[in-house]
Amino acid sequence: MTETTTTTTATGRASVAALPRRPARSLRAERILDVIIRSIVPVVLALVAGGVLLLALGRNPLTFYGNIWTGGVAAGAWQNSAIRMAPFLLIAAGLTLIFRANIWNLGYNGQFLLAAALVSGYAPGLTNHVPAWLAFALLFLLAGAAGAIWTIVPAVLKARYGTNEIITTLMMSFIGVDLASLLIKGPFHDPTTPLPQTAVIPLDKMLPPIPGTRIHIGLLIAFAAIFVVHYMLTRTSWGLRLQIVGANPRAARHFGINLPRLILTSFLASGFLVGLAATADIVGLWGYIRTGWDPAYGDTIIPFVFLARLNALAVVPFIAFFSVLSTGGDLAAQQAGLPTDVLYVLVGLILLFMTVIEYLGRRRELGQSYLPQGLRQALHLRRAVA
Amino acid sequence: MILASQVWTQIFWTSVIAGGLLAGVPLMFTALGEAISERAGVLNIGLEGMMLAGAYCGFLGAYYGGNQWVGYLAGIGAGILASLIMVALCVWLGLDQIVVGIAITLAGEGITSVLYQARFSAEQPRLGNLDSNPIPLLDRIPVLGKAINGQTPLFDQPLIVYLGLTFAFVLAWVFRRTNVGLNLRAAGEKPEALDAAGVSVVATRSYAVLATGSLAGLGGAYLAIAGTGGFQPFLTQGQGFMAIVIAMLARGRPIRVVVFSLMFGIALSLSTVLQLAGIELAPEVVNMLPFAAVILALILFARRAYLPPALALAYVRGAR
Amino acid sequence: MTQHNGTSIPLVELRGITKAFPGVLANDRIDLTLRGGEVHCLLGENGAGKSTLIAILSGLNRPDAGEILIEGKPTTISSPRRALELGIGTVHQHSTLIPALSVLENLMLGDRRGLRLDEAGARRRLRDLSAQLGVEIDPDAKARDLALGHQQQVEIVKALWRGSRVLILDEPTSMLTPQGVAELAKVLDRLTESGQAIVFITHKLHEALSLGDQISILRQGRLVGHLTKEEIRIRSHDELRAEIVRIMFGEEARDIGDVAELREEVAGARSERHVPENAEVVLELRGLTAPGEGSERGVEEISFELRQGEILGIAGMDGNGQRALAEAIAGQRHASHGHVLLYGGDVSRLGVASRQKLGLRYVTDDRLGEGIVGMLPVGLNLFLKRIGEAPYWRYGRIQRAVVEGRAAELVREFDVRTPSVSKRVSTLSGGNIQKILLARELSFDPKVVVFHKPTYGLDVKTTAMVRALIRKLADGGGAAVVISTDLDELLELSDRIAVLSRGRLVGVVSNGPGAAEEVGELMVGSPAEAA
Repeated sequence: MTETTTTTTATGRASVAALPRRPARSLRAERILDVIIRSIVPVVLALVAGGVLLLALGRNPLTFYGNIWTGGVAAGAWQNSAIRMAPFLLIAAGLTLIFRANIWNLGYNGQFLLAAALVSGYAPGLTNHVPAWLAFALLFLLAGAAGAIWTIVPAVLKARYGTNEIITTLMMSFIGVDLASLLIKGPFHDPTTPLPQTAVIPLDKMLPPIPGTRIHIGLLIAFAAIFVVHYMLTRTSWGLRLQIVGANPRAARHFGINLPRLILTSFLASGFLVGLAATADIVGLWGYIRTGWDPAYGDTIIPFVFLARLNALAVVPFIAFFSVLSTGGDLAAQQAGLPTDVLYVLVGLILLFMTVIEYLGRRRELGQSYLPQGLRQALHLRRAVA
Repeated sequence: MILASQVWTQIFWTSVIAGGLLAGVPLMFTALGEAISERAGVLNIGLEGMMLAGAYCGFLGAYYGGNQWVGYLAGIGAGILASLIMVALCVWLGLDQIVVGIAITLAGEGITSVLYQARFSAEQPRLGNLDSNPIPLLDRIPVLGKAINGQTPLFDQPLIVYLGLTFAFVLAWVFRRTNVGLNLRAAGEKPEALDAAGVSVVATRSYAVLATGSLAGLGGAYLAIAGTGGFQPFLTQGQGFMAIVIAMLARGRPIRVVVFSLMFGIALSLSTVLQLAGIELAPEVVNMLPFAAVILALILFARRAYLPPALALAYVRGAR
Repeated sequence: MTQHNGTSIPLVELRGITKAFPGVLANDRIDLTLRGGEVHCLLGENGAGKSTLIAILSGLNRPDAGEILIEGKPTTISSPRRALELGIGTVHQHSTLIPALSVLENLMLGDRRGLRLDEAGARRRLRDLSAQLGVEIDPDAKARDLALGHQQQVEIVKALWRGSRVLILDEPTSMLTPQGVAELAKVLDRLTESGQAIVFITHKLHEALSLGDQISILRQGRLVGHLTKEEIRIRSHDELRAEIVRIMFGEEARDIGDVAELREEVAGARSERHVPENAEVVLELRGLTAPGEGSERGVEEISFELRQGEILGIAGMDGNGQRALAEAIAGQRHASHGHVLLYGGDVSRLGVASRQKLGLRYVTDDRLGEGIVGMLPVGLNLFLKRIGEAPYWRYGRIQRAVVEGRAAELVREFDVRTPSVSKRVSTLSGGNIQKILLARELSFDPKVVVFHKPTYGLDVKTTAMVRALIRKLADGGGAAVVISTDLDELLELSDRIAVLSRGRLVGVVSNGPGAAEEVGELMVGSPAEAA
């Protein structure tokens, strides 16, 4: 019992509540089973339900999923998926971090697009005038700063008045998307084309690939960010404070944690990471931005952040899976004559099945859960006292 | 000269009111719905998805049924169906309202877009214009009643709008003076007290969420049928979330919900109005305005937005 | 309290009621008989099974086994609604009134006759019932604006609203002054005269003896004793008390130390302590004013001095500013005016962590709500007021070995029963959680400690341990402020007792003979002030 729990002391996220009077081996088996049930089953169920929907639309689900494999993994396609992972991982890192504090930054689209517009606007000029490494560093910083700044209003409103951040981040997101569009049409508009888009970064000025692949180094930066976030959350006093705020804001007050400051720093960090994703995507992959482009990466990433139980490392395999799904999904949807929005259905279904599995797991008292710690904790505590 | 400016102002104000109503009524229906569940202690983040489901099915109903009323009923049905998920997962099983709400919104966005494009992407059919029902005598009042240039103000609206406005007053009465309303408020303020009084919290909240779903579905259907005259993917563009804000700022009071909805409607329809006034603005700026207005309202009135204490908390008997 | 129908069919009869929760047998084959015109006291410690029994009677829980007879007929109480229909009304320990609604709205809640609320009818009914109880209630006042005593009266009216014949009162005196208890007794008299059966739950022996016609004693889920009307009438109170103590605590009574001390505790006597006049002032409050939060009251212009070795009790009914006072001293709540001085140094501007470091500590009453973080392990919970401090953290990085090593020592020292320091704290019992709080606040050189309801909801053993720790602190050169709504506790522990009323200190009483009455007077205040 001790050996399974001591390893997770600092985070307190012992993945399985030790059940009394059970031998250690069955515990470990149960833990593995637990992870499988809670993480994989919702995905499988969603894929099955999505298949039923495809059947209903008169498409062959096997062909569809086969095309996802072809477009996302087979031959060199896995490299495309890996390229897509970079922004996904950075956004996932930003969301994991702030969701741990039970704060809902749902304004990632605005944060991302605004940062993307600024990067696209300044990159062509910047890469021409300063050394490449400095240009990249400045562009990452610029995007991070833009993302962070766009969280300030929700952060201050929540810190000062306790205003619900779900609403404010969403509203700021809508504004950010429109503002990005204005920037692209206005100051950053490429004068050589009538299309509403920015000038294209020359290919040789883009983020260089990892030797031997087509994958740009943005992916490495994303992994670095994941590790940093994981370290911050599990080993540092800041991470512990964040977790306490997430679990029980009243307790945070009792322990003298400066709640407003923590809300502000976690929002800024989250927005910063989302902003970094924009640089990785624009300078690594696209090279320019045009109006109306809103990939809404965050929307589809949220479920996987939950599935990973807000663990920054565990999020990696899920994001890898989703990158394949999304890269291959483009091809599959095109072949089936459907919009790529079919992915939204899959993702929504994964979330729904996740909550149901979560419920079943709770009934069986398998142990710790994904989210809503506030409520869950209340239940646990009360049971302990009863 | 004087005459011309008078006409100008009259057209201007008529368009403001007409545009505000056209854009505000879907918000009003949805926000009234949200007011019901918020008061009962359920935060319905899935409103956007429910609206889209209602919009798509409302469009289907009106298109195949050839009648707006079939459309509204279909929209209500779709909203109820979508909210059943929320009832089952959040109210009965006590799962997280925010996660389920996000899921409903995502699935709603995806499924309506896929279904629409799978079937209608080639033709993109349009629905005909709606007949309005001018109220005799009142429709002669300038600005408020008289239609100008096809702009139909307050007293020259489709029947469903009058029904919606009446419903707001009925709802206000229900909240204040009836058992149902008292139960709803208790479910949001202190569910255990309602339970102890022998009224099922789960049932009360279930009905509230179903009512929300049907109203959001109706709002979506109205948006598709009367607002845009057809369906497009992601038609609602965040209006579901705006409805949440409206319900929150109105503290769940129906009459205030109506007033705020119309104010937001005016902000949403501002681009047309400004064009009439000869002011050209980029569409992005205009799109931003309602959201900027919300942020501004929240900054100014942050301290006054009221949410029931038990909001977004599942009720488990004996868990206290 | 004499009634004629003592031999007729009882109103309610419980036979062999059994209810198990995971890991606990809360009720084990309990028999109970309730008759009209009688006050039946259920006496037992926290966790003895009283609340579960009440939950079963009021329809919140269903028994796993056993039978409920209502007027001789076997009946299932399937829901709270069913209980009300059967004429069983309950006044729960925690208020079930909705603060944002008016008294009338609270009373009308759950009415199903017609769609429209019958406001006129409700007013009439309230008038009749208040007349019957001999109380006065403003129907239009918001529940949150009522004083606690009045709230309880509304609760009683609510329980009787639909014609209840059985009224259950769950620890009704826990938040009343001695005078309030007397008033409640009068209300109960009037109710029994009209043939009502009353179930009165308490863990205070003297209340059971003075109010009960029948006394049933619960222990660890079992009915372990019953005193009939006749027994209560013919035997002396001392005899009864000794008997009940024996039944309530059984073999454990010896464990606790001596029954004599326990008896003293029950009787409200105090152990002798002495604080020299010239002892150093360790804590001083000068005109401390702190705002309330939400519907809860703040404090205004609080001033007192606390000397080394002294225990100052703060008495008062719940909701008179206790939390604001405690939190303002601890640094958890911002004081709008005034100063807190520790050893003469002003700490008003310091936060929780700095005050904690200086030895100013706070044991919160809200153990589960803010005292611990349930999903974190026991070890880490012991250091949550020292996050980021060396040697437990270095350069922001946690030093696990140090934290766990020191935590293990504290767990031993304070006798926290946990399998290991890495066990999640939410799995522990209430008593052990309180020990964790005590270990956190009473370690590393504590100087002045604020205890807020330190023994609330604890079993007798842990209660005794907590009180011993408070005395030890004072005897060892520290000082304590004990905030409690349990007057008996303050009389046992304190050197002086200050009374907090409506956010102000209305007086300070030296502990000794007659202190209880004096404190009670102060709690009620002058009529003008109460209006």
